[in-house]
Amino acid sequence: MNPERAAACERSIAAPLPATSSSPEKPRRGEIRIADVIKIYGSEANGIRAVDKCTFDVPAGKITVVVGPSGCGKTTLLNAIAGFHSITSGTIHLDGKVLCGAGRPKAEPGPDRIVVFQNGALFPWKTIIENVAFGPIVQGRLTRRQAFDQARTMLAEAGLRNLESNYPGEISSGMRRRVEITRALMNDPKVLLLDEPYRALDSLTKSVMHEALLETFDRNQVTIFFITHDLEEAIFLGHRVVIMTTRPCRPKKVLTVDIPHPRDYSVLTAKRFREYLDETAAAVHEEALKAFAAGERER
Amino acid sequence: MTELEPTYAAAQANLAPRKASATIPDSADHASRLEVAAYRVSQWLRSPRPYLMLVGFVLFLGFWYLAVEVWKLPRFSQMPGPTAVISEWLSPDPTYGLSIYSPEYYQHIWVSWRRVSIAFILATAMGVPLGLLLGWSQRFKEYVFPVFELLRPIPPLAWVPLAIIMFQGSETPIIFLTFLASFYATTLNTMLGVESIDVSFIRAAYCLGAKRQQVFWHVIVPGAMPFIFTGLQISVGVAWFSLVAAEMVSGQYGLGYLINTSYTMVQYPTMVIGMFTLGVVGYLTSAGVRLLGNYMMQWRARELAIGGER
Repeated sequence: MNPERAAACERSIAAPLPATSSSPEKPRRGEIRIADVIKIYGSEANGIRAVDKCTFDVPAGKITVVVGPSGCGKTTLLNAIAGFHSITSGTIHLDGKVLCGAGRPKAEPGPDRIVVFQNGALFPWKTIIENVAFGPIVQGRLTRRQAFDQARTMLAEAGLRNLESNYPGEISSGMRRRVEITRALMNDPKVLLLDEPYRALDSLTKSVMHEALLETFDRNQVTIFFITHDLEEAIFLGHRVVIMTTRPCRPKKVLTVDIPHPRDYSVLTAKRFREYLDETAAAVHEEALKAFAAGERER
Repeated sequence: MTELEPTYAAAQANLAPRKASATIPDSADHASRLEVAAYRVSQWLRSPRPYLMLVGFVLFLGFWYLAVEVWKLPRFSQMPGPTAVISEWLSPDPTYGLSIYSPEYYQHIWVSWRRVSIAFILATAMGVPLGLLLGWSQRFKEYVFPVFELLRPIPPLAWVPLAIIMFQGSETPIIFLTFLASFYATTLNTMLGVESIDVSFIRAAYCLGAKRQQVFWHVIVPGAMPFIFTGLQISVGVAWFSLVAAEMVSGQYGLGYLINTSYTMVQYPTMVIGMFTLGVVGYLTSAGVRLLGNYMMQWRARELAIGGER
């Protein structure tokens, strides 16, 4: 381990929890209620049932992680919240308002729910700062200059100085993910939707990314809906972990992870963490076996 | 503040090796374009590439010389040798009246170049928007694309009679014929460019609050750009193809006309001069398009530069 990082971890273990100084308690928002959602691809009669009678809540101001085997339909759920796909029946509420439901099968995508994509979707043809400033500019909320100023501040806050005039292709993939999250936060979203954002990263980079994400969360207290197939990642990051069945997808087990935030990597070796892992590993493995037997493939 | 430092340090550590591997002169967070260009040239001169290129040319000329002037191989008996061509080309007093000293030579180049330019600009101005629309709107594609695909395989030469009937004089039909193939290449590549854009970019833009029109200008157009420029390079290439075909049929000037008339008048060295001139001018135009592409797609040029020498 890099000595500087080790020192930093030790510091954060020793130090009292840094109260989220920058943001005095914002009203918690971004609560999502998913109720009886069904999604069938193709015809109602003989289409593929991706999501079946799915009901669970994403509490405001918390990190909720959805774990399930590849291709189980978690992304379908995320796409429904984001407004990329319609749902067949059921309702999804965001802060008490209907996103999609009866009579309105598809939500409208918008800056209150921003997706961070599996393979990253920073525009390669825009510089880092242009990417980060994109949201407020196209919404007409800020002038170009104001947006750039704010973007600069946010990048600096996220520890991403000196990258402004680079293009995404020039920085590492880990950095790109962090810029993408900053781009999302520029819009003060109610909820961040992360679709296996760290899947393509190697495990060392991943651990850096996890800490960075937690740090971001501690600073912003934004509601996070995170999809992964990695159970350790889920328990490490989440306040709440929702374990999904394989296709058709519905919650199999909901776990409240009672490890206080802010967390760092010392959590991974903590007894409590191991216990959660033991408690859930069997359930996840069972679904993985089913998925394997059913021959689910990557989409 | 302190809690930010570790990640920032990690960020720097992440970046450092990349900068080192690009070995752009140090202190150059942002090396000027000139510096970068000078650096590239010096790298190029130090690599074996220019010398291999030279060897290639020497082998080519050597074989030509031997085949025609020394061994006098049967197929090559009518062909002018390199000494004949080069001495004619560089002669202030050419046997057949055409060399780098005759104004007429430049007249031919200019006329051809002008035709290609007009045709290329027209093809781009029409092909790029059409391609963008075809890729962007499924409905529009359903109307237009089948017709387009039916017309596309018709070779420009097959259009010659119709072009002569349709257009006045000799200039417009030639430009029309030159335009055709270019237009197809540009349109098709632009359309494929739009279709190649990762849907995540489009979704991300909508997520960030962009309207349909903003998505078009901020995502579709720049996203299709690499394909568009590939299309434009093909397009200038085929423009020269069909230009020469058209000029051989009609016209008073132009390199195609020059080649054809020197053939009928048995001025073989001049014919070969015309051919080489086409090669050089064609190369220059497509290099020009490539440079323009790199200029307009800094992001891509820089991405490729970091990827190393490829």
